[in-house]
Amino acid sequence: MKYTLLNATAALALTATGALAQEVRVYNWSDYIDEDLLTQFEEETGYDLIYDVFDSNELLETKMLAGGSGYDVVVPSATFLQRQISVGAFQPLDYDMLPNASNLWDDISDRTDQYDPDSEYSVNYMWGTTGIGYNIGKVEEALGEDAPVDSWALVFDPANMAKLAECGVYFLDAPTEMIPAALNYIGEDPDSHDPEVIAKAESVFAGVRPYIQKFHSSEYINALANGDICVAVGWSGDVFQAQYSADEADNGQEIDYSIPVEGAQMWFDQMAIPEDAPNPEGAHAFINFILDAENSAAATNYVWYASGNFAAQQYIDPEILDYPAVYPDEETLANLFTTRPYDARVQRVVTRLWTKIKSGT
Amino acid sequence: MKRLLIAVPYFWLLALFLVPFLIVFKISLSDVALARPPYFPQWQFEEGWSALTDYLRALDFENFWFLSTDDLYWKAYLSSLRIAVVATFFTLLVGFPIAYGMARAPLEWRPTLMMLVILPFWTSFLIRVYAWIGILSGEGYLNQFLMWLGVIQDPLIILNTNVAVYIGIVYTYLPFMILPIYSALEKLDESLLEAAEDLGCSRFTAFWLVTFPLSKQGIIAGCFLVFIPTIGEFVIPSLLGGSSTLMIGKVLWEEFFNNRDWPVASAVAVVLLLILIIPIILFQRNEQKNREAEG
Repeated sequence: MKYTLLNATAALALTATGALAQEVRVYNWSDYIDEDLLTQFEEETGYDLIYDVFDSNELLETKMLAGGSGYDVVVPSATFLQRQISVGAFQPLDYDMLPNASNLWDDISDRTDQYDPDSEYSVNYMWGTTGIGYNIGKVEEALGEDAPVDSWALVFDPANMAKLAECGVYFLDAPTEMIPAALNYIGEDPDSHDPEVIAKAESVFAGVRPYIQKFHSSEYINALANGDICVAVGWSGDVFQAQYSADEADNGQEIDYSIPVEGAQMWFDQMAIPEDAPNPEGAHAFINFILDAENSAAATNYVWYASGNFAAQQYIDPEILDYPAVYPDEETLANLFTTRPYDARVQRVVTRLWTKIKSGT
Repeated sequence: MKRLLIAVPYFWLLALFLVPFLIVFKISLSDVALARPPYFPQWQFEEGWSALTDYLRALDFENFWFLSTDDLYWKAYLSSLRIAVVATFFTLLVGFPIAYGMARAPLEWRPTLMMLVILPFWTSFLIRVYAWIGILSGEGYLNQFLMWLGVIQDPLIILNTNVAVYIGIVYTYLPFMILPIYSALEKLDESLLEAAEDLGCSRFTAFWLVTFPLSKQGIIAGCFLVFIPTIGEFVIPSLLGGSSTLMIGKVLWEEFFNNRDWPVASAVAVVLLLILIIPIILFQRNEQKNREAEG
């Protein structure tokens, strides 16, 4: 009797710790995965998956800087990741637990090396560009047939914006994306960390500010899809989601995305494991699951962001793979630029400038 | 036993106000750093007393000085104050008649009316504010309704303006205004009104000379309950307000999240608290004086 009781207690204790260890907590961008993959992961590995979402790098970064976030896998953009690595927020990946890492695309890993050399702490989840989403019909109505939809002039030239204001324009509320875009438009180095050069972005925004309806980093998906707005500076895949929603709703709104000819920012969202992750094994299991060629392809087929997974390309819809707005051709790729993280002093200049642009104060 | 009872509110004040405040104050005296957590210096209990004196010496009021060098901060404080004052006024304007109506309603209705005022709390605050986006947007219910009536031809632009912020605040904080006023009005002795009318007051003068002064305590309490949280409000302006709506809650968010400057963010929070605490103390003093004068 005593024996069984002891046994039962031990078994109970085991299940209790087992239940704790079986949880994997993932913190990813909103609208950034095919949710069928989440249940598939649970079925294949037996882990309980808790999947939370965010819509700004800043939000994630604050959790990483404070520590004790409780997450096992997080997906910061590479510029933010680099700073977080430097404060020791992540643990090195154990590649023995990531056999699927061989599927990664060297071209992309080479580019992310500037943020995380040799992918010691992170692997690419998806990458994309920051460009222009627009409503084909409404922009044509406002600006005529030869509207410069393939140029930043569409949103940075006050003459165009004055006409577009009527149908609504949103900008991303992300200074680290918008200011480089403006600098690039006026021919300055988009990755400049010189406060005097950064200050030049102000005049670009000052001219168009009265015509910008809102600065927001996720509402533009719905707003574009519903026809509430006609132009948004946004992230490639988000615009395609708007396009897809509009098609599904069959509401007559035709949405498209362009990478402006002047060049655009290329960014990389990287999967990493916090230094204090409660379940590093589960974290590796999740990353390995995503790195599976077919799973990566499923995610890309769903969200229309380019995958950092080379082996996945055989499973990705040819429609996406051949679409230069998602997988840019060589010529466009050469025009894309990347940025490095700002230090605290320059960051303050950038944030202050952004507040001034938005509120006039 | 009596002492123990008094200890409860003091413990509450200590644990939920003073300790968090001191932690924030401590951070506001340090400097931003690329570290985890992102400020310097830090002191662990195990490091001992000598480390503590070094630590204390490294603290300074530099961040508070910094706040005074950029006009953004005082403009944001002023703008928050203005929004809070206007919103509190409108909440009073809407809340008082409701509370008055409730207090005048037949006794058997009152619990139901009370219930109806409290009912919205059962839905998440965030969802209720989100719902206003659907009501106020260009293609929203309000515009559709007004255009259907023929009152307007083109949709009104309300969402993403300060008007939407006021609507959101009045809606959200209305129960906090109604409940204290209702409880003051409910206690009102009706024979006082009868006496006033017997002595020749019109109904309006009776209201102005009797009802209003006697509900003053409820009005003041309600105004404070609305005014204080509104100054630091963040959710309503960020969901309903425009990009040019300047409020201190938003500035604090940017210091904390965009600049990763916890020390300056903490300094902003400490100043906000001081701004709020001074009128509260003055109000308390005034109340006490009144009570003593009456006694």
